[in-house]
Amino acid sequence: MDILILLLALFVLSLFLGVELITKVPPTLHTPLMSGTNAVSGITLVGALLAAGSDGSPMLVNILGFIAVTLATINVVGGYLVTNRMLAMFKRK
Amino acid sequence: MNANIVNFVYLIAGVLFILGIKGLTKPKTAVRGNMLSALGMLIAVVVTLLNMNTVDYTYVIAGVVVGSIVGSIMALRIQMTSMPQMVALLNGFGGGASLTIALAEYYGKLGSTPASFAELLTPVVADSSAFGVGPEGTIALLAIGLTILIGALTLTGSLVAFAKLQELMKKSYGLPGGPIGNALLLIVGVVAVGLVVVDPGNVAAMVAIVAVALLLGLFLVMPIGGADMPVVIALLNSYSGIAAALAGFILGNTVLIIAGSLVGTSGLILTQIMCVAMNRSLTNVLFGKMAAGGEAIDADEVYAGKVTSAQPDEVAMILETAQRVVIVPGYGMAMAQAQHAVRELADAMQAKGIDVEYGIHPVAGRMPGHMNVLLAEAEVPYDKLVEMDKINPTFEDTDVVIVIGANDVTNPMARDVEGSPIYGMPILNVDKAKTVVVIKRSLSPGFAGLPNPLFAMDHTLMVYGDGKKAVVEMTVALNQA
Repeated sequence: MDILILLLALFVLSLFLGVELITKVPPTLHTPLMSGTNAVSGITLVGALLAAGSDGSPMLVNILGFIAVTLATINVVGGYLVTNRMLAMFKRK
Repeated sequence: MNANIVNFVYLIAGVLFILGIKGLTKPKTAVRGNMLSALGMLIAVVVTLLNMNTVDYTYVIAGVVVGSIVGSIMALRIQMTSMPQMVALLNGFGGGASLTIALAEYYGKLGSTPASFAELLTPVVADSSAFGVGPEGTIALLAIGLTILIGALTLTGSLVAFAKLQELMKKSYGLPGGPIGNALLLIVGVVAVGLVVVDPGNVAAMVAIVAVALLLGLFLVMPIGGADMPVVIALLNSYSGIAAALAGFILGNTVLIIAGSLVGTSGLILTQIMCVAMNRSLTNVLFGKMAAGGEAIDADEVYAGKVTSAQPDEVAMILETAQRVVIVPGYGMAMAQAQHAVRELADAMQAKGIDVEYGIHPVAGRMPGHMNVLLAEAEVPYDKLVEMDKINPTFEDTDVVIVIGANDVTNPMARDVEGSPIYGMPILNVDKAKTVVVIKRSLSPGFAGLPNPLFAMDHTLMVYGDGKKAVVEMTVALNQA
């Protein structure tokens, strides 16, 4: 239970931090913000790796893990690349 | 590897994500921010891989390779006008990833996997202790159930959003009873989550959660279209983050919780901004009809005999004598791929010493910031892109406003006509300028289905035709003048 409370604390504090951070992003960068946060939500890749690589698990678990790894990797790679492409356009003068 | 080291690295990754988003608060630091965020992702993934006691990496490598190839192709080939579709798809994949992780966790801990379709529904003996000690097991099951619910809903909802934006799906379908049907589906889903929490071996309830959530995603998004899409995309963005945070609770993983909550709040804040910019509540966008209420306004009555049309070269003559011009783009500019032509027109005006700025309404386009990205692609400097609240007071000192492909966001009825369906929605006050030029294919109404009295005003000139062609002709005429 101790760990759970810590995780909950982390969750709540992150929500507040999120509000403080995101409200400062100018409207001009809202599209890159969405694709960038999309890439961040690809952090589920960490969980997906654990599922896909769990030894001795039933086949179904590994297959679900494989799907999860694929989808999360698309999110990570696609999200960061496309955000970078957009932001590079904003940078040049 | 020591669990403390792993968690410490996750903490660093979390900090890098936060710095990454902080970088996005200014265009100058944004690229670096994105790199920092990507670095955080890299170290989180590497430390996870190093920490795994896995012998067989087949599935891991296969997934990473396939995902990287698909992701790179999507990211490098997508056109800027199609960015809403791309983000919708990525939202869906994020939801799908959380969904499959939670399912894998469920069947892995259950220790029994269905071999046939019949077994998929046959209860097995299990209790929550397989998922954690005492209350932790119950919480883990609750997190699994909720992750599946939100993940599956995000997956199908985003796919529908993608299909609508890509114009693969033009009609709107809804459940009979609309919001009531959706509410019933949601209740069934929540009850099924409860059943799984009480009896983890109730695999039929698990199948029910998946099925109901997939359907709910379809029926929630299918009735929504057009100009309401920015809200839907932002909301699904938020869901994909919440699903990731919940997956963090299942796995007891700190970095998932930090990253997921940041994404969740980001999506919610953008949803809120979009709703305010349309003067509508979230419930109204999700379940309401745009033009519900308010008396019907006859378009012919508004327009009859009052609309003045003009040719591009006539507009060029007016532009020549202007000192300040504001360009107001809308989704029509994206459709016509006219952003480069618009920038060339602005260049031609600036060469003649005319001050040119762009007025951007928050809901112009199909996702938050859509117009900004398009104009940035056309190499318009970002300090020329002015937000609604800042540009509105300047319209009175503006000689010419060029509206290209925007309609409802310039409709003065929203400001002046109490009882109009869009009354109260903040608009760009383009009608305060000395001359308004509207480039549009016809007098057809925008998403709100209302006539726009702006088009009939004495100082408004309608230029009919393809946006790109009209703008190019104006530029040519202006350069010759």
